[in-house]
Amino acid sequence: MNWDWNAVVDFLPHFRDGLIVTLQALALGSVVSFALGLVWALLVRTPTRWVSWPVGVFTEFVRNTPLLVQLFFLFYVLPEWGLTFSALTTGVFAIGLHYSTYTMQVYRAGIEAVPAGQWEAATALNLPLRRTWTVVILPQAVRRVVPALGNYVISMLKDTPILMVITVPEMLGEARLYAQETFRFTEPLTVIGVAFIVISYLASVLLRTLERRLVR
Amino acid sequence: MSADTPLLKEAGSRADRAADRAELIRFENVTKRFGSNTVLDRLDFSVDAGKHVTLIGPSGSGKTTILRLLMTLTKPDEGTITVGGQRLFPASDKQCREVRKNIGMVFQQFNLFPNMKVLRNITEAPVTVLGLSKDEAEARARELLDMVGLADKCDSYPTQLSGGQQQRVAIARALAMRPQVLLLDEVTSALDPELVAGVLDLLRDIARTTDITMLCVTHEMNFARDISDQVLMFDSGQVIESGSPEKIFGEPEHERTREFLGAVL
Amino acid sequence: MTSGLWELVLRGVWVTVQLLVFGGLLATAVSFAVGIARVDRRWIVRFLAGVYTEVFRGTSALIMIFWVYFVLPLAFGWQLVPMWAAVLALGLTYGAYGAEIVRGALNSVDPAQREGGIALSFSPWQRMRLILLPQAVPEMIPPFANLLVELLKGTALVSIMGMGDLAFSGSLVRLALQESVEIYTYILLIYFVIAFLLTRAMRALERRLKAGVGRAPAKAGGARARVPETAGAGGGA
Repeated sequence: MNWDWNAVVDFLPHFRDGLIVTLQALALGSVVSFALGLVWALLVRTPTRWVSWPVGVFTEFVRNTPLLVQLFFLFYVLPEWGLTFSALTTGVFAIGLHYSTYTMQVYRAGIEAVPAGQWEAATALNLPLRRTWTVVILPQAVRRVVPALGNYVISMLKDTPILMVITVPEMLGEARLYAQETFRFTEPLTVIGVAFIVISYLASVLLRTLERRLVR
Repeated sequence: MSADTPLLKEAGSRADRAADRAELIRFENVTKRFGSNTVLDRLDFSVDAGKHVTLIGPSGSGKTTILRLLMTLTKPDEGTITVGGQRLFPASDKQCREVRKNIGMVFQQFNLFPNMKVLRNITEAPVTVLGLSKDEAEARARELLDMVGLADKCDSYPTQLSGGQQQRVAIARALAMRPQVLLLDEVTSALDPELVAGVLDLLRDIARTTDITMLCVTHEMNFARDISDQVLMFDSGQVIESGSPEKIFGEPEHERTREFLGAVL
Repeated sequence: MTSGLWELVLRGVWVTVQLLVFGGLLATAVSFAVGIARVDRRWIVRFLAGVYTEVFRGTSALIMIFWVYFVLPLAFGWQLVPMWAAVLALGLTYGAYGAEIVRGALNSVDPAQREGGIALSFSPWQRMRLILLPQAVPEMIPPFANLLVELLKGTALVSIMGMGDLAFSGSLVRLALQESVEIYTYILLIYFVIAFLLTRAMRALERRLKAGVGRAPAKAGGARARVPETAGAGGGA
């Protein structure tokens, strides 16, 4: 085994660039997945089967097929339809869409966990439906939802290296580029491997703290 | 704890107007089934405006279902329900909302909104439904909280209150809508025994000093005797006996009523 | 699409199924070994098993695959056949998630059952084999079913290393046809069908195992019973 610390030092600037892109993709992907997931969760609850059923099938489909293939689909198909986006935008949308089918389940569980009495009290006070959702149900659901959403953010972090395949220069992409230029694989791959472990460990510690503060 | 506030007089005066039509609530031939279980069986009964009516009877006899039907929390399978001459069933959603404006409900489990402070629990509906300004609604809420003896709890969250305090807030929340009819669904059943008296005293005050029509489901027979103008004995989805509290508790006619009272008193 | 291209796709399906089966077997073995180690009496065993799960759950499956492909041969001189390299990377990663499932299910067995085993003076291993596992395993099936679907999705990652799995065959066909919508739709549909069959099979397995310990399986979908309307009021405030 030959480990070269100089290669590690050499790689660090690339690592930093990759880290920034990874965190960008993660932050934007999270926002997309949180928002889209809420849309799915509400649509699936609509009483009209013409809406809830297709949404249910679509999300089930997205959840049960590989993100990698979805990424290729969007990356190659969207331009064929005349929609051209940057690789990062496509990647963020793909990862956000994929994870929205998970966050949707989190929201659904959170909404269903709000006691039936809350809906009844809102009816008894004659609150309009929209108001019932925005000031009664969702605020209560959020408290139950945040820890689970956090876990999916951590999962999402670990899926960001896939964006490399559509040329997004995130950490793994940078590591591969560096490896191809210098023929040193061990150092860059190990550095980013350790970085992922450290980041996801720190994130889970942070999440547990947040969870304790939310549970009142 | 004084209930003799201008607020409640005003709520009462609305009921006075309705008293032109003495009959306020009417159930005609109402049937409600849950699966194969018939909870209400072609039920007929009516309640006059301003009266305090108590529904008693064994568990599962459909008393709570009556309140839930009036609050449109559930729909009957057959029959018609009218409140103040307006149909509640069958009726459009819009009409239901209109009728529901006149009805308030207090639940067994309080059902306060845990994400809102006490004051906001009370002001939310007056502001969004009745269109009161925030100041008006807050003034009204503070007055009601004063009445229920919780003026100092405005800024607490419901979970910081005892069960009895939560239920008193829930009563204030229902009254803030100035309903013509107040539905009380076993409001003391979930309370620790030492907290029951406070809530019942408050309800006695409200019954004594206002003309709000009250419909209570309760297992507190003494309370029923104190506040009721009329007691309805329920069994097997039907009213088997009704009359003044003196009559029902003093000389019940029906065999089932005697058995029931014998068991609970 | 020509029949030649379909043949390519079918060969891809076969590779994906192999990856799924072998990866699944390794992951299951790792799950039970590490999961049981995490409830061991010796702290050092628990600690090492804990480090394993933290490390392998902390890293990304794709980085694991890169590492096994590029670093293992260079650093240790172990050049694995691509199939085994992929199975190793997938099995070790998903096994770490499975270990958490095993640990959770073992912990959720009523403590009185363990005490019952002690009272009958079973050895710890006898307790595990005869009392804890038979009750815990049926509980593990639904989360394991989800994990297998995740593993199936994970197998697509090996196509990045040029392994001829289903996802890779999709890329080849795309190059051949210069057209993406059709082929990727087919590829996604095939993955979906495999995932569907997998879920069905696991549900059948759950039913059989639960019957074995005299319990009815939870209803599919919404496990939470609806509050009946006759109830005075639903839940607490």
